[in-house]
Amino acid sequence: MISPLRRKVLRDLVRLWAQVLAIALVLAAGVATLILGNGAYASLFETRARYYDENRFADVFADLTRAPGALLPEVEEIAGVLDAEARIVKLGLLDLPGMVEPGSVLFVSLPEADGGLNRLYLRLGRLPDPQSAREVVVSDGFAAAHGLGPGDSLPVLMGGQRRSLVITGVALSPEYIYALGPGQMMPDPRRFGIVWAPRDSLAAAYDLEGAFSNLVLKLAPGADAERVIEKLDRLTAPYGGRGANGRADQMSHAFLDAELRQLSAMARVLPPIFLLVAAMLVNMTLSRLITLEREQIGLLKAIGYSSRDVALHYIEFVLLIAVCGIAIGFLAGAWLGSGLAQMYARFFTFPYLVFSRDPQLYLVAALVTLAAAVAGALSAVRAVVRLPPAVAMAPPAPLAYRQRLGWLKAVLALPQTGFMVLRHLLRWPIRTASSTLGIAMSVAILVASLWSFGSIDRMIDVTFFRSERHDAQIVFGTPEPMGALHSARTLPGVLVAEPFRQVAVRISHRQLTKTLALMGRPEAPRLSRVLDPDLRPMAMPEAGVILSEALAEALQVRAGDLVEIEVLDGARPRVTLPVSGLSLGYVGLGATMEIGALNRLLDEGAMVSGVSLMLDPAAAPAFYAAAKAAPKTELVSVTSLMLTRFRETLAENITVMITVYVVLAGIIAVGVVYNFSRIALSEQGRELASLRVLGFTTREVAGVLFGELATVVLLAQPLGWAIGYGLSVAMVSAFSTDLYRVPFVIGREVFATASLVVCAAALLSALAIRGRINNLDMIEVLKTRE
Amino acid sequence: MAEQGEIVFRAKGLTKVYRNGALEVHALRGIDFQARRGEFIVILGPSGSGKSTFLNIVGGLDTASSGEAWFEDHQLTASGEAALTRYRRDHVGFVFQFYNLVPSLTARENVQLVTEIARHPMSPDEALALVGLADRASHFPAQLSGGEQQRVAIARAIAKNPEVLLCDEPTGALDSATGIKVLEALTQVNRAVGATTLVITHNAAIRDIADRVIRFADGRIVEETVNAVKKQPSEVSW
Repeated sequence: MISPLRRKVLRDLVRLWAQVLAIALVLAAGVATLILGNGAYASLFETRARYYDENRFADVFADLTRAPGALLPEVEEIAGVLDAEARIVKLGLLDLPGMVEPGSVLFVSLPEADGGLNRLYLRLGRLPDPQSAREVVVSDGFAAAHGLGPGDSLPVLMGGQRRSLVITGVALSPEYIYALGPGQMMPDPRRFGIVWAPRDSLAAAYDLEGAFSNLVLKLAPGADAERVIEKLDRLTAPYGGRGANGRADQMSHAFLDAELRQLSAMARVLPPIFLLVAAMLVNMTLSRLITLEREQIGLLKAIGYSSRDVALHYIEFVLLIAVCGIAIGFLAGAWLGSGLAQMYARFFTFPYLVFSRDPQLYLVAALVTLAAAVAGALSAVRAVVRLPPAVAMAPPAPLAYRQRLGWLKAVLALPQTGFMVLRHLLRWPIRTASSTLGIAMSVAILVASLWSFGSIDRMIDVTFFRSERHDAQIVFGTPEPMGALHSARTLPGVLVAEPFRQVAVRISHRQLTKTLALMGRPEAPRLSRVLDPDLRPMAMPEAGVILSEALAEALQVRAGDLVEIEVLDGARPRVTLPVSGLSLGYVGLGATMEIGALNRLLDEGAMVSGVSLMLDPAAAPAFYAAAKAAPKTELVSVTSLMLTRFRETLAENITVMITVYVVLAGIIAVGVVYNFSRIALSEQGRELASLRVLGFTTREVAGVLFGELATVVLLAQPLGWAIGYGLSVAMVSAFSTDLYRVPFVIGREVFATASLVVCAAALLSALAIRGRINNLDMIEVLKTRE
Repeated sequence: MAEQGEIVFRAKGLTKVYRNGALEVHALRGIDFQARRGEFIVILGPSGSGKSTFLNIVGGLDTASSGEAWFEDHQLTASGEAALTRYRRDHVGFVFQFYNLVPSLTARENVQLVTEIARHPMSPDEALALVGLADRASHFPAQLSGGEQQRVAIARAIAKNPEVLLCDEPTGALDSATGIKVLEALTQVNRAVGATTLVITHNAAIRDIADRVIRFADGRIVEETVNAVKKQPSEVSW
């Protein structure tokens, strides 16, 4: 037997279904983003942790030129090193018959059979026979992009030699969850793959018998990575050690970290916004319901229901709304979660995804949501509790309006209906303010997501059209004499060739140190340029080094300061150079100097590491073939392919992201506007019907109500822009890492688009109540006292 | 004077049936009615006799089920929503039992509400002066007594210089002394503006101030009396 009060709750829910749904959806958005953000974070974090653990992901990574096998025992003896593995890691070129554009592969020697580090997760086939010179295992994404599988052959160029390898298996590795090829900005599994081969076959191909070119270390728990790296660098220095990295600087790990940071930022920012707005909506709606039911409340109290009973009745109503919201939120969260997992699967290659369905998270989300709803209800319900029954049963005292708008009247020359709007808005300042804030939040969410378009355009424009203006780059396996530049000029289709020199260095300022590639460029580069923050090309200084803003920030240096540069190659010279300027750069950390000065510093003669080229597009395929075949070529990168991939990947992700944000913002806007209008209509229905009687048309009467709405929506715009701007600034700094920094570009179109979307949502919800205005009962309103 | 005016209202065979599920309620069962320009007509009758329904149809607030109703050359029974709105806006002033003022507007602003959209309005202050409220123009409804609020409603109704003034229980919520003031305002306005005035009331005492009295019962007009001598509102009491 359901008690009558409970039956009333259920009937109220049904009667007010549209308002209830609007509130429930806002709550659901809060629940969904909470679950999605935290759930995805937990999933990604746990998946990575388990994968790392099961496959023994290394803690320290070091590249060097060539070290004898005898160095390994010394490395193993460094305090804190649990395990060390000497590997051969070399770049090679793809030579697939159907593929015109250049692609590269990274050869990595297979981990040791037992106890090895960065162990493979074999998805298909088997591992190569250790004795075989041809058998290899390839990375999963690469195999999929080319439709390759066990038994297929893989033609490559290894150190200039054409070889045909045989694929025995397809595998994944914790080292390449995010497999970014050298010089790439986005993973492109078609043009970059990992090929694991038996150590001996790689040693033979790259002339590294009894030697190695890469070290990975597993540290004992609690070991100090910094100290290990310091000792390791000292040991590897004579062998061309280019400075070891901890996990934080390991490419794949660092990108995963960046993703985790974004997720946790989302999980911190979005749910509170939704829950706050929902609490405000609950408050607005319940306050109105209680006002309407004032006499019933008095009656209930008069016949013996306690204040508590009555208060609980309304709390129950709100809790049921929250339960609807939570249910929708759980479903949406799970659905979006699986969508996000699919997106991860495209970006990051994991053998499995530990999809965290932590019941605790769901429980917390439910509790937080219930709490937000009840918090919104409290002040409204408190009014019920306070009312003595006799007072409650009498109609409420008439609303006092104040005559304080005389001056405004003179200024605005508003019609009387305009004054109704103004006075009504001012009569309920808290409701007006909270509705304005609610709509502002939906504008803010949009601003904070839409700015990324402009930023990416800016990033592309600066990087590909102003700075790196070459059509292609050839990187040589080892530095070549200047003659290589002239040979490059003779390749088919080459219009302009420009040399560059790059060398691994450690740059320090006080106690701050960064390891990166120092670039040498011609004094006034035409293709691969360095830009100052005002986008003007910079000339290479005769003495001194130009640092990217990100690097300068990381090292806390300004132009004119001195930095110490330690070359991690050859004779490993050290110099102190002035910072002659700061340059703009969005990808990675950058340091540049004049190529002649760099060559003098290295004291190896006039050498080039590679050439930047401008090509005749018609001759591109001939160029690709010739560049690939040139024996010194280690890598050919093609700007247009990189740019296309960059755009495609971002376009895909951003479209998904923007869709989600537009839906979320729309939910808020619709929720707020719809509830606000319904409440305004309920309060002013009598006045509006009276206006109809007086001969106002439905359009004019709707204008009164919509005028109120429009005022709130308009007031919300600048506020929303300001909040959105603040959120965007916070996001920019949260998302900036050493890997990339996001330029903050926020144009007027961002604000305009955000406002348009929100106004459209407001208009839709306004239209939804237009029918109610048209059907105002003129006769009923004349027969009854308010 | 009343008998000499041209006929502005005509109704013939007016019926109204409300359907509530299977239940049919006959609110009007064939009303024939005429009113002349400037006439002051009191409509009496018990609750449910159909007098409000009649007034609503004549006022363009409701539609008839059958029959015809004309105001001058407008056939109200053939008019759509927009035409009826236009009719109310241009020709009709309403006064209701519960005043139906806009609480967020002052007395003057409530009157302006109408003068802004009317074709030949008088000034709001003039209308308020006609009902004796010139000095209360800046007060909000909540700051006025019931009688004052009703007089604001009358001022609002007459400010457009209507051809028709329709009043549904204008004194219903008021005590006798205040009610008389309201009636005085109505009769004065009727004289000043020359509007045909229809006043619905339960209150038989009011009959004496009318040119003509019509009694409704059970959806029909059952009695019609022409007063040879009209009393002044101050001469009646209840």
